[in-house]
Order: sequence, then structure tokens, then C-alpha cells
Amino acid sequence: MAEPLIVVDRITFAYPGAASPVFQNFSFQLGPEDHLGLIGPNGSGKTTLLHLIMGLLRPQAGRIIIFGNEVKTEKDFVPVRQQIGLLFQNADDQLFCPTVLEDVAFGPLNQGKSPAAAKEIALATLERLGLSGFEDRVTYKLSGGEKRLVSLATVLAMQPRVLLLDEPTSGLDEKTKHRLIHIIQELHIPFVIVSHEPDFLHHTVHNCCHLHLDHCEIKPVMLEEIYHEKDKVPNRGATSCCFGGPDRLVNG
Amino acid sequence: MSGIAEPFSEGSSLAHRLDPRGKIVVAALFATLIAVAQSLAAVLGGLTLAVLWLFLAWLPWRQVLGKLLAVNSFIFFLWLVLPFSYPGDPLFTVGPLTATKQGIWFSALITLKSNAIIIGLIALIATVPVVTLGQSLHSLKLPPKLCHLLLFTYRYLYVFEEEYQRLRTAMKMRGFRPRTNMHTYRAFAYLAAMLLVRSADRAERVFQAMLCRGFRGVFYSLRTFSWQRRDGVFLAGSLLALAAILLTEWRLPRLV
Repeated sequence: MAEPLIVVDRITFAYPGAASPVFQNFSFQLGPEDHLGLIGPNGSGKTTLLHLIMGLLRPQAGRIIIFGNEVKTEKDFVPVRQQIGLLFQNADDQLFCPTVLEDVAFGPLNQGKSPAAAKEIALATLERLGLSGFEDRVTYKLSGGEKRLVSLATVLAMQPRVLLLDEPTSGLDEKTKHRLIHIIQELHIPFVIVSHEPDFLHHTVHNCCHLHLDHCEIKPVMLEEIYHEKDKVPNRGATSCCFGGPDRLVNG
Repeated sequence: MSGIAEPFSEGSSLAHRLDPRGKIVVAALFATLIAVAQSLAAVLGGLTLAVLWLFLAWLPWRQVLGKLLAVNSFIFFLWLVLPFSYPGDPLFTVGPLTATKQGIWFSALITLKSNAIIIGLIALIATVPVVTLGQSLHSLKLPPKLCHLLLFTYRYLYVFEEEYQRLRTAMKMRGFRPRTNMHTYRAFAYLAAMLLVRSADRAERVFQAMLCRGFRGVFYSLRTFSWQRRDGVFLAGSLLALAAILLTEWRLPRLV
């Protein structure tokens, strides 16, 4: 297997004041070909893991290695954030510029692109996501689904090498969900998706990673099995399932 | 979303199409000049100039009058107090209170000044969307932190208003009706505290999202302004008019 892009090596992390740690001696890897679903019950640390990778949180012990370099300080994470895109759970946190165009161009401008180049990238990204004509819309006046897609555009405009999506489908209607599935299927970069929706994951990822305190259990399950299981146990939660094509390799 | 709409910012009148930077400079000079002016002639000149600008902006009259009414309702309270408390020659008495000539003059002057400044600001500043205002201030070399403060305040005002409405609805759905009692005070205190905590949390998350997109403390703007001939004409004309007002103020004897 090729060199992993993200390695989380035996980290321990607890929120200040929390009774028990979220992770203890926890390890995780993401390879260059991986399309990974991240599942686990509420509070199991899915978002925390993504924030640890982005350097928004720091582990109390253990190492995080990204693109072959160990990252520890704020300075180490600056280049990481230029190359890994994180889509936040709440689009209102992500969209802070008044207009859509400015928001999508914000990342490219931070990467040092000229205003003209940033504008061009922003417009191209919007077009790619089927959001042409949105550039002058005011971000807070968008609908929930539009906000989510624009948020994704703001992340993709930075042309990331890896994408982390934190519950991208929450609050979306079926139509927008399908749009999102199409967009994600067209991506040619490795990504991690946190989601509670089995249907969505089975259209978008190869393997699922079930989070535990100290490890990440990768379980590819054949599609037929999911549906079979689903028939037997209606309304089962996403927490106990994993999916992936039969021909996919197990991660790590 | 009613409380913080920008009713005058959209339009295609001459005042709307002018470069916002010119309008901001003129409005700032105008407001300062009128605020310190002491002569009736200068203030009346200012009022005339402001009304001229208002014609350039061609705004819906009813709404403009509505705004002016709101401002003048504050000034009304001034009229209740100032004529009777300002020292000077007595003019008439109401019970134990004596109104002075100077007091009345002073109240009238303040009324004219306030209206002139408000009309001027409605015509020049309210016709600029807040977003553009922030960017123009930035390109006028105002400290970036102040511009960001303006833009962020504006951007998240809606979010917080929404959050407030959501909390209020949730309270209402559980049968809460404000009364004058301890329960009501406590509930409102909780509401305020919750809003504060949520706002702080959101600020943290917004900052994190910005960090994730490569933010390092500097904002780069996409916007470029284009200064055109009409902007030059507007600026020159307005500055001349302001100079005339200044001259009037300087040459004519004080009234108060």
C-alpha cells in the first residue's frame, strides 16, 4: 500500500474538564486512495478526530503525521490547512463573507492568489457544483441546501489534496442529497465523510470506519448484505454498519 | 429579519451609482461641519444641500419620512426640556417653568442640524450596502480591524437575531408569557445568557473555519472601485457647497 497521507499515531485526547477521554492510544490512517466513511454514536469523537487532524484541537499525547511530516505547532498546521479541506457541520459557521463569490474566493486569496485569479477559481468552482449565478447572492439569505453546497464550494476552491466532510447531509432534502452524492462521486481526491446516513455513505465511500476509544475498526461490508440486514432489522442506526464494494481494499 | 433591513441600499439613482468612497468622505465632512456649526444660515444651507442630495438618491418618500419621524420623536423630548432650562431672556411661562428666547433658538437649531445630518446620511450613506461600506472604508485606509468589525457585526447580526427568535419561539411553545414577575426576569436572563454563550461559541467555530481555509489575520478584498467622472463632479460640487457653508458660518454673526 502507498504511503498514507494522514497518520494518527496512538493519540490521547480529552476535552478539558471531561470525565473520560475521547481517544486513548487511538490510531487512524488515511491512504491516497481511500474514500472512507466515519461512523459512531453521538459523542464518539468523529468531529473531534477531524478537528485534531486540522490542528483545531491538540492531542495530549501521541503523534499526528500529515503528508509525511509530523505536525505539532500552529505553524506546522498552516500548510496542512492549505491542503486539507474541512467542511464544517454547520454552514453558518463556514460562510462568513457577505456574498457567495467573496466567500468562495476567501481560501484562494489566502493561498496567495491574485484577486483576478481567485475570482476565476471561485467562479469555476461554483460552476462545477452547478451554482452558476450564485456569485452575488448574500450568504445568509441562502436556503439550507444552498448554504451547504456553497460551503463545499468554498472548500473545493482551495483545490485540497484531501477532503474531510463533517455530516454533509444533515438537514438536506433528498434532491440536494443526490446533488451532493454526484459531486462527491466526481471527486478525484481521498476523503473522509462523517455521516449517520447509511444510504448516503454507500453511494459515496469504499469503507467505513467505526470509531472506538482506542482504535478505528474498518469494516467493508458487501452492499447486498446491508440491504439484507436492513430488511431484517428496520430502522437500524448507522452506528452498527459498514459498507463498501466487495472489490475494495481494506484500509490500513 | 425586519429590524435590520437596508431599505435604501438598493436602487439605480445617481446617488446609488456614485463611488461610495466619495460619498463617505463628503458625508463625514458634512456631518462634522453641520454638527459644529452655530449659525442659522450655515445650518439652513446644510439642510438645503442634504435635501438636494436626497433628490439625487430618489428614495421612496414615505419611508424617508418614516425615518425622519423616528429621529424627531427623540428631538421632541429635547423640546420638553431645553427651552425651559437654558439660561437667557424669558419669553413665556408655563406654571413654574420659564421658557427662554435663547433656549427656543437653541432647540430649533439642534432640530435643524439633526434633520440636515440625518437627511444627508440617508442620501449618501444609506444608499451604500453595508458590505460595500465596509470595503470602501477599507480602501479609504481605515484600520482594517474596524472594517472587519463592521462587516462581521453585520454578517452575524442576522444569525443572532435568528437564534434569538428561535429561543423565543421555543419559550412561547412551552407556554411562556412575559409578565412582571421573578419567573419572567429569570427566563429573560437565561435567554440573554444563552444568546451570549452561543454567540461566543459560534465566534469560535467561525474562526476555526476561517483558519481551516488558510486565514492568517489578513483579509484580501476582491473588490475594486472605479472612480468615474461623475464622482469627480459630485465630490468637487459637494466640497464647494461645504466650503460655502463653512464661509457662511465663519463670516456671519452667531445667533446663539
